[in-house]
Amino acid sequence: MSEQTSPATAISKPIPSITPDLAEFFAGARRGELMVQKCQGCGVLRFPAHETCANCLDGQAKWVPVSGRGTIYSFNIMHQVYHPGFAGEVPYAVVVVQLDEGVKFISNLVGIKPHDIRCGMPVEVIFEKVSEEITLPKFRPRAGN
Amino acid sequence: MSLRGKCAIAGLGQTRMGKNFDHPNAMGFAVEAVKLALDDAGLTRDDLDGLLVNPGITWSENQMASFSLQQALGLRNLRLSAMMNLGGATGAAMIMHAVQAIASGMANTVACVFADAPLRPPSPRKNGGGSAAAYGFARGLNAAYGLFGVNAQYAFVARRHMHLYGTTSDHLGAIAVAQRKWANMNPAAQFCDTPMTLDDYHESRWVVEPFHLYDCCLVSNGGLAVIVTSSDRAKDLKKPPVYILGMGQGHPGGDPMDTLVSGAPIAKETAFAMAGVELSDIQLAELYDCYTFTVLVTLEDYGFCPKGEGGPFVADGKTAPGGSLPVNTGGGQLSSFYMWGMTPVAEAVAQVRGEAGTRQVPRHDVCLVSGNGGILSTHSTLVLSTRI
Repeated sequence: MSEQTSPATAISKPIPSITPDLAEFFAGARRGELMVQKCQGCGVLRFPAHETCANCLDGQAKWVPVSGRGTIYSFNIMHQVYHPGFAGEVPYAVVVVQLDEGVKFISNLVGIKPHDIRCGMPVEVIFEKVSEEITLPKFRPRAGN
Repeated sequence: MSLRGKCAIAGLGQTRMGKNFDHPNAMGFAVEAVKLALDDAGLTRDDLDGLLVNPGITWSENQMASFSLQQALGLRNLRLSAMMNLGGATGAAMIMHAVQAIASGMANTVACVFADAPLRPPSPRKNGGGSAAAYGFARGLNAAYGLFGVNAQYAFVARRHMHLYGTTSDHLGAIAVAQRKWANMNPAAQFCDTPMTLDDYHESRWVVEPFHLYDCCLVSNGGLAVIVTSSDRAKDLKKPPVYILGMGQGHPGGDPMDTLVSGAPIAKETAFAMAGVELSDIQLAELYDCYTFTVLVTLEDYGFCPKGEGGPFVADGKTAPGGSLPVNTGGGQLSSFYMWGMTPVAEAVAQVRGEAGTRQVPRHDVCLVSGNGGILSTHSTLVLSTRI
C-alpha cells in the first residue's frame, strides 16, 4: 500500500473574502489603517460591521481610522486544529484587543510566545499582507502605556 | 395570578446516553424519550395535548420539529405545539411555557422534549484528508485569525474572570472533580465508572486554554422528555409530583466579557419571588454546565457567594458529595451526559422524587434548576419542590 499523502497539508489558512460591508475595512488595511464603523446618529464606534447602531438604532455609519493602539482584553490559546492551515501553529493564541477608542477587535499577537501573553498588555497594530487583495490587521506588544 | 405550584412534572423519560446508536437520528431518540416519560407518569399518548421541542444540533435544520415529532408519535388534536431554541436555557423554558399554557386553560398535559444524535457509529477510516471545499465553514475574519468554535469564545470570558478575580485552573478543576464524584454514583452517566482526581484533571489535554478537556461538556446521543400537567392531576398519577414553585428567565444582552454576569440575577428575581423562597431555602442546585466555568459564574450570580469569589467557594468541595451545597448531583453535562438544559432538569426530578439511588441527597425538598444558553446569553430558572 503506497503512502497516503494528505492533501490537507497543502491547504493554507483561510483568507476572508471582501464582502460589501467590509470593503472599506479592507481598503483601510491595505493602506495601513485600522478602520471601524462610526455611527452617524450618536457617534459610537463599532466593530464588526453592523447595518444599524445597537446604541441609537441609526442606520447611517461611516468608516473612520483608529489609532491601532490598545491593550489585551482577553485571549485564549487554541490547541485543536479546526482548519489545516493552522496545523503547524498549534498551540497559537487568539487575542481580544481593546482599542484605546473602546472598540474590541479579535486578532493575533505576533512577536510573543502564547504563554507570555497577559491581559492588560499594551499592543499596537501591524499589517500583514496575505494576498493581493487582503491585508490583515494583527498586533504586536508595545512598550509602556 | 400566581402560577406558584399550579403545575408539576409528572413524568420523566430518559434514553440511554452517550455512544448509543439505538436510533439513527434525533427523532428516534425523541420518540423513545416521550414513550418512557408517558410510561413513567402512567399516561398514554391520548393524554398528551401539548408538545414542545428543543432540537439539538443534528435536528435544528428541521424548522417544524414539534410537528415532525407529533407525526412520528402519531399524536392527534394537540392544543399546543412549538419548537423552541434558547440554547441551553430551553429545557427549563419549555417547562415554563407548558405551565403557562396549562394554567391558562390552553392545554392539559404537555411533553417537553430534547433529543440529539451527533455521534456516529465507528466506521472504516476513509483514505486521504479533506479537500479545501471541506473547510468552507472557515469564512470571515475570525477564521483568518484561527478563531473557531464556541469553546474558544467561552475561553475569552473565562480568561477575563481569571484576570479580574484571580480564578485559577485549580478552581475550575475542583468543579470538574466534584461533578465526577457525583457521576461515579450515577449509573446513567457516561463517566460512571471513571474516577478523576485533580491531577487527572490537570493532566487532561488542553482544548483551548484556559479549558482542559474536563472543563468541557460531553457529547451525547440520547433523548430526554418530561411531562408537565396540573398539580391536581399530577397528584393522581403514578409518581410523586415534582411541583413547579417558581420560574423565570433572564437575557442580559451585550458582551458577557464586559460583565462576567449571566442572566441568573434577572431570572432568579422572578422565579424566587413566585416561589416565595430565598437562597437559604435552596437545598440542592442543578446548574447548567457547558463548562466548569459556567457553574462557577452561575453560583456567583445566584448569590451563593459574592461576584468573583466562585473559585474559592468551590475549592473546598462544598458542592461535592457530602458538601453543604450539593451541585449537579448526577455529574452534570461534564460527567453524565449532554442533553442541554434537560440534563439539570432530569437530575432535579430524580432528586426531588427521592429516586436518585446512592447519590440521593438527604434534603431534597427545594431544588434550584438553571439553564444557560449562548455565552452567558440566555438564562432560565426553575424552583422545584416535593410540596406546594
